[in-house]
Amino acid sequence: MKVTQTLMTASVVALVAGGALAEDMTIVSWGGAYSSSQQNAYHDPYMAANPDVNIINDESSAEAVAKLRAMNEAGNVTWDVVDVVAADAMRLCDEGLAMEIDADTQLAPAPDGTSATEDFGELLVSECFIPQIVYSTTFGYRTDMVGDTPPTSVCAIFDTDAYPGRRSLEKRPINNMEWALLCDGVAKEDVYDVLETEEGQSQAFAKLDTIKDDVIWWSAGADTPQLLADGEVVMGSTYNGRLFALIEEQKQPVAMLWDAQVFDLDGWIIPAGLSEERQARALDYIYFATDTQRLADQAKYISYGPARTSSAPLVGMHAELGIDMAPHMPTDPENAKNTFLYNYEWWADYRDDLDAKFQAWLSQ
Amino acid sequence: MSDATDTGPVLAADGTPLKRSLNRALRREKMRALMLIAPLLIFVLVTFIAPIADMLFRSVENNIVEDTLPRTVVALKNWDRTTGELPDETVFAALAEDLVIAVESKTHTRLGSRLNYEMTGISSLFRKTGRSVKRWDIATDGPFREKFIEVDDGWADIEMWATLQTYSSRYTSGYFLNSVDLQLSPEGITAREEDQRIYITLFKRTIFMSLTIMFSCVLLGYPIAWLLANLPAKTSNMLLILVLLPFWTSLLVRTSAWKVLLQQQGVINDVLVWVGLVDNGNRLIMINNQFGTIVAMTHILLPFMILPLYSVMQTIPETYLRAAKSLGATNWTAFWRVYFPQSVPGIGAGCILVFILSIGYYITPELVGGTKGVFISNRIAYHISSSLNWGLGAALGTILLAAVLILYWAYDKIVGIDNVKLG
Repeated sequence: MKVTQTLMTASVVALVAGGALAEDMTIVSWGGAYSSSQQNAYHDPYMAANPDVNIINDESSAEAVAKLRAMNEAGNVTWDVVDVVAADAMRLCDEGLAMEIDADTQLAPAPDGTSATEDFGELLVSECFIPQIVYSTTFGYRTDMVGDTPPTSVCAIFDTDAYPGRRSLEKRPINNMEWALLCDGVAKEDVYDVLETEEGQSQAFAKLDTIKDDVIWWSAGADTPQLLADGEVVMGSTYNGRLFALIEEQKQPVAMLWDAQVFDLDGWIIPAGLSEERQARALDYIYFATDTQRLADQAKYISYGPARTSSAPLVGMHAELGIDMAPHMPTDPENAKNTFLYNYEWWADYRDDLDAKFQAWLSQ
Repeated sequence: MSDATDTGPVLAADGTPLKRSLNRALRREKMRALMLIAPLLIFVLVTFIAPIADMLFRSVENNIVEDTLPRTVVALKNWDRTTGELPDETVFAALAEDLVIAVESKTHTRLGSRLNYEMTGISSLFRKTGRSVKRWDIATDGPFREKFIEVDDGWADIEMWATLQTYSSRYTSGYFLNSVDLQLSPEGITAREEDQRIYITLFKRTIFMSLTIMFSCVLLGYPIAWLLANLPAKTSNMLLILVLLPFWTSLLVRTSAWKVLLQQQGVINDVLVWVGLVDNGNRLIMINNQFGTIVAMTHILLPFMILPLYSVMQTIPETYLRAAKSLGATNWTAFWRVYFPQSVPGIGAGCILVFILSIGYYITPELVGGTKGVFISNRIAYHISSSLNWGLGAALGTILLAAVLILYWAYDKIVGIDNVKLG
């Protein structure tokens, strides 16, 4: 009896002690170069400062919304912090799958005392979303396939006379519809008003029709870089960080076309329904990982712009290549002369409808 | 003993009728057998049958509307949309009451996303209204009709109310109608607008391409299986490893390899241009279309055809062919009349495997299919993981499952499922 009791006490103590030694925290992100930039800028310093936390990486961000919904229905949420794009954060918030964040009390203020709400500004697009980076979907083109007149305008994708060859575009309506209207003479501020109408949608499809046979449609972010590297396409859209890697790391004859780049946001959410203890831990991590210095640190490893205004002046050199990162940021004034801000609210409404139409149009 | 038969039923040693005693013993046997397979049975039920059944059930389930807006649904029952007038104040008051509760549990936005599948704009209508409703006091703030319309004039849209009314029942045929390019509108069942019809095309294409892939697998796999079965053991083992090798390579790597081979600046086109068969300006387009999907998927699924064929062919004695020829048959007759009929069970097994696998494939078509080479499963994957329209995804999946079962039944009727052999 005595022995059993001692053993049991010992094991309970061991369990508690073991638990206190290293608490696992599952952080979900996109994998690849992006996750390693987070590992370097956030996870490693955080674990060094908090030896009792052990961060586990999960690369499921692409299916995060569906998986979180399934976890929530099963009543067993195994993720603590999830990296998602703003549109997904908004849907998770709508579905009640992400917890609401009060930026001023739960996020770090800027070093000069500016509140987090002000520092992030209008990038706080949803109550549940903690912005991390600004990335853009933009174009890259083969410098050896465009002759002496490299494209300067996004409308070059619709100009098959001046730039013959195939182009790659994403296999979804988002961004493509906007670019089509912009290049069909619609003013930037009217794009969504026009796209709301049947005529506007037909107009966008008609414009896309002009290049339909010249387009390779991509669904993975790595497609366009591969197509450009092989000379399969003359220009193509993808995330600016992928193009940076293609140009600066792999030294391919490709250049950026920043015109009408579409800004989008990526950031964190904390799943709803975590135990208080796990929630507190997740919040503690978020407070650390989204402060001014940490956001600036991430830009050393990948060419995405930090979401805080106060981080911009701190962006330095690339950790391995040793080149100045500021000119490669989508937010750099030189690159951001003509930008387009993706309208989350609008797409939340029109996404289902337009996607059905877009897919039907594609298969015609 | 003989006395007993004369007087009544046969009795066992303990006096109970033999029949009952025997039954009891048999039942015990059956129970024991059941207990033995119970772990597996329960495992299959819990991890396989139940989730599938649950997923299929979502194709008709529509509890969310009545659960979120119980009072509104009741109040809206008496509203007649044909009058062209908005519902009266009782409906708006019920809606206000429902929404206050829904906003607290944050279910109003979820309902908004659900109804947005049926009518564009409802998602933001609920999100926007939810923000205002938080500040309302139900007891004193009425009347609500003007208040709602003030927040968003979407509430003054008859169409919106008609949609809400149409989709207020607990079960709906809407998802199934959607998956065959129809829709459940307030006017009843109507065809979808032409620019949104896609699923029938995709179903047809999926079946057609799966059949094509299946036939090309038979054409390519049959000679290889024949070689495997008839070569000396040493060489055929070597060949078998070559057949199995792709199994040990990642699916994505194999698919990407086809990109490298087939694309316009790819290996095959380069060789053709170099040889002079194709003009440099007119390189062949062999990927991002149906051709690409068929080639890549035939390659990926080929082992599933070769292995059952091989194992069946191994059981066919060589002597039969020799006997046929010694009786005067030509090579072709000997093959066609003697060998081929015996290999049919292997073809049947291979075809079923390849067809059923290809009908549900989506990674390869997504990567090499372009616009014309994608399958219905790509849309199912999209609805499950991207648009979150699980109901529609489930309805499409159910139809696909039913199609497979019907084809399986037809196969059984025509060829006979007993005629299928895996070895």
